[in-house]
Amino acid sequence: MTVASDISPTRFPLSFSRYRGLMNAGIGMGALMLLWWLGGRAVAASPDLFAFSNFAPAPTMSRLWVMITSGEVLDMAIPSLYRVGLGMLIAVLIGVPLGILIGRIAQLREITNIPFQFLRMISPLSWMPIAVMAFDTWDGAIIFLIAVAAIWPILFATAAGVRRIDPAWIKVARNLGASRWHMLTTVILPAVATDILTGIRLALGVAWVVLVPAEYLGVTSGLGYAINDARDTLEYDRLSATVVVIGVIGFALDMICQKAIARLNWMRSN
Amino acid sequence: MQHAYPAPDMADPVAPTAKADVLVSGVAHTYVAADGPVLNGVDLNIAPGSVAALIGRSGSGKSTLLHIIAGLIKPSQGSVRISGNYVTGPSPLHVMMFQAPSLFPWMTVAQNAALGLRYAGQNDAGRVRDILALVDLSAFADRNVQDLSGGQQQRVALARSLVPSPDLLLLDEPFSALDMFTRQSMQRDVRAIAKRLGLTMILVTHDVSEAVLMADRAVFLKSGAGVIAEDTQIGLHEAERSTESLDFHAELARLNAIYAAMQT
Repeated sequence: MTVASDISPTRFPLSFSRYRGLMNAGIGMGALMLLWWLGGRAVAASPDLFAFSNFAPAPTMSRLWVMITSGEVLDMAIPSLYRVGLGMLIAVLIGVPLGILIGRIAQLREITNIPFQFLRMISPLSWMPIAVMAFDTWDGAIIFLIAVAAIWPILFATAAGVRRIDPAWIKVARNLGASRWHMLTTVILPAVATDILTGIRLALGVAWVVLVPAEYLGVTSGLGYAINDARDTLEYDRLSATVVVIGVIGFALDMICQKAIARLNWMRSN
Repeated sequence: MQHAYPAPDMADPVAPTAKADVLVSGVAHTYVAADGPVLNGVDLNIAPGSVAALIGRSGSGKSTLLHIIAGLIKPSQGSVRISGNYVTGPSPLHVMMFQAPSLFPWMTVAQNAALGLRYAGQNDAGRVRDILALVDLSAFADRNVQDLSGGQQQRVALARSLVPSPDLLLLDEPFSALDMFTRQSMQRDVRAIAKRLGLTMILVTHDVSEAVLMADRAVFLKSGAGVIAEDTQIGLHEAERSTESLDFHAELARLNAIYAAMQT
């Protein structure tokens, strides 16, 4: 308490506000590392679990360093990023146009509402057997599962954004002679750009989560495969290093989305 | 507050090209799911370059009539001709200003003003600059519209309407959300601009003093009946179109009496 009142915003207005965010992020990361370290100690001390002691931070980090310098991290991340990227692309190409139509046309919204809400609630992984049968390649099946997971947040965010468009904007554009194409490019898309990106951000979170179990399928590359492979070869330091890589990449992708949303947001916060 | 506009001359960059006359014949309109017609046989002939005010209470059909003239609503019966051409849909040549400026917040002032040209596949930065100068917004061309005051935003909407060189300007109570001083300066400026450009102008209002300040002619629509109850010229010189003029108040009293008599 005394420390907190000493570093009051009034006494150090600039330095405090500038570094507060970084400081708090550091506290959070430190706490997580501490928990991990304590967990590692507990595992090492336990007669039943000591074989798993390589899950602890120190072996993980040294193994991670080896994996980064050897290029192994890139080798396993690139196929995963490719699958997520392609799955997301398909989800955007279907979800955005469909979301705009559903947002604009009340009848289509009413027709699709129940089927889409129903489909949305099905875990994407339940499609796994069907995907495996329907696609010739494992890659195709994985990309399908990611697209199925990612499409709903994008579709619903786009439709909700389109419904919030001020009808007066449409009337003004119509009055000034806007064609359907102009209406789309100068009114609807700019108006819902942040909604679409928010949907993409949510979808990316889901897709990244679905990716790892999807890569347990027959493929021999990617982060999910690396996890499975490390488990089979009992390399627990490699397994936990892969978990760190998955978390870091997911965090970075989310940051990119956040930055893009902030850039495209036209609304003044006042 | 009063802005002086130079008289039109040959070198005027925003000089008028055409004047429109408006001929409304037998227009009747019933909204879907409405009890009765909102307009019931309206005939109206508005002379080129003149300013007409449609006055009436809410439900009198004045705004509906304006939307029909703009081509934004298709009438159940009757037709509208502008300079002899039947109105079949909206056009940037007979453009409407609404109560809210409804600017696109993701665009600058100049981009908003240029929309009509953009939709026509044209790009004329000089024209946009001239019109922004006409509405006193030259200094704001590259600003985001959200940084502007309500009055300034309505001036951007005016510029947006004027950039495609319309011959008819339709105003649907566009100043009702502004404070009194801003509203009066807009009323004066818009009339001056319309006269300078030779625009025909139709404005919809429930405020009789707005009609007396801006219009050459007052058309009263009877609420519930959907017909024109009274149609009278406003005989004021430009100098008398001010709340400080005695002639203005005499004319306002005359029109107020007509409006009051019509309600009973």
